[in-house]
Amino acid sequence: MKIEARHEQGVTIIEPKGKITIGVGDVALREAVSEALEAGARNILVDLGGVSTIDSSGIGELVSAFTSVSNRGGQLKLVNLPPKVTDILQITQLISVFEVHDNLSEALASFS
Amino acid sequence: MPVEEPQVRISIGSRFEHIDLIQVVVDDALERLGLDDDSRHWVGIAIREAVANAIKHGNRQDPDKEVEVELAIIGDQAIIRVVDQGEGFDLQEVEDPLAPENLLKPNGRGIFYMSNFMDEIEYSSRPEGGTVVTLRKQIAGIRTD
Repeated sequence: MKIEARHEQGVTIIEPKGKITIGVGDVALREAVSEALEAGARNILVDLGGVSTIDSSGIGELVSAFTSVSNRGGQLKLVNLPPKVTDILQITQLISVFEVHDNLSEALASFS
Repeated sequence: MPVEEPQVRISIGSRFEHIDLIQVVVDDALERLGLDDDSRHWVGIAIREAVANAIKHGNRQDPDKEVEVELAIIGDQAIIRVVDQGEGFDLQEVEDPLAPENLLKPNGRGIFYMSNFMDEIEYSSRPEGGTVVTLRKQIAGIRTD
């Protein structure tokens, strides 16, 4: 799994690509969110468009990231969910917990 | 003709990085049996969850303890067995991940996902120790030739 972070319009965009699964991808996601928070980011957008597989550990990391960002007064939102990621969030009723956007411009605008 | 002997049998040390190897091998076997892409994805997630639980909760990530995975075809069912060498666990203690108080917990969704993606899950203990998780999935038009 590869993960990149960049900044646009005051928002930190975290873009994991590949598998967010136990032992590898979940740890990388946790570190990326932690680094963003430590750097002062409070508006975080996770772009899941390049994610091929996510398991319960990956979902758990998204939930942990959401809680960590919220506890610091920030917002964590999701964008570009592949259908299988949407499905797995729906099964555990987490789709209603996250604010989900269909495209990047709409997601960025939602922070302002 | 039904195949009753395992088509795949693979053992790994208890390391999470080995899960990909199991998934590749089982996915290839399921593709040859005629399972479509979507079904293979979800069965693959269920197997990942079962093996991750065996490594984490069963074998407590002891790399000297093995996890064995078998894939067998009986009739029109794919049957996957995941066996660890751990102390076992009480299924009654597993919490409902949909309960409002659990919704934002980072853990506890693996068994729920397995139940959703497979037709049937069964847990049993071996007399010599360890837990056996048996996952069953019906495959329409299965190819056993």
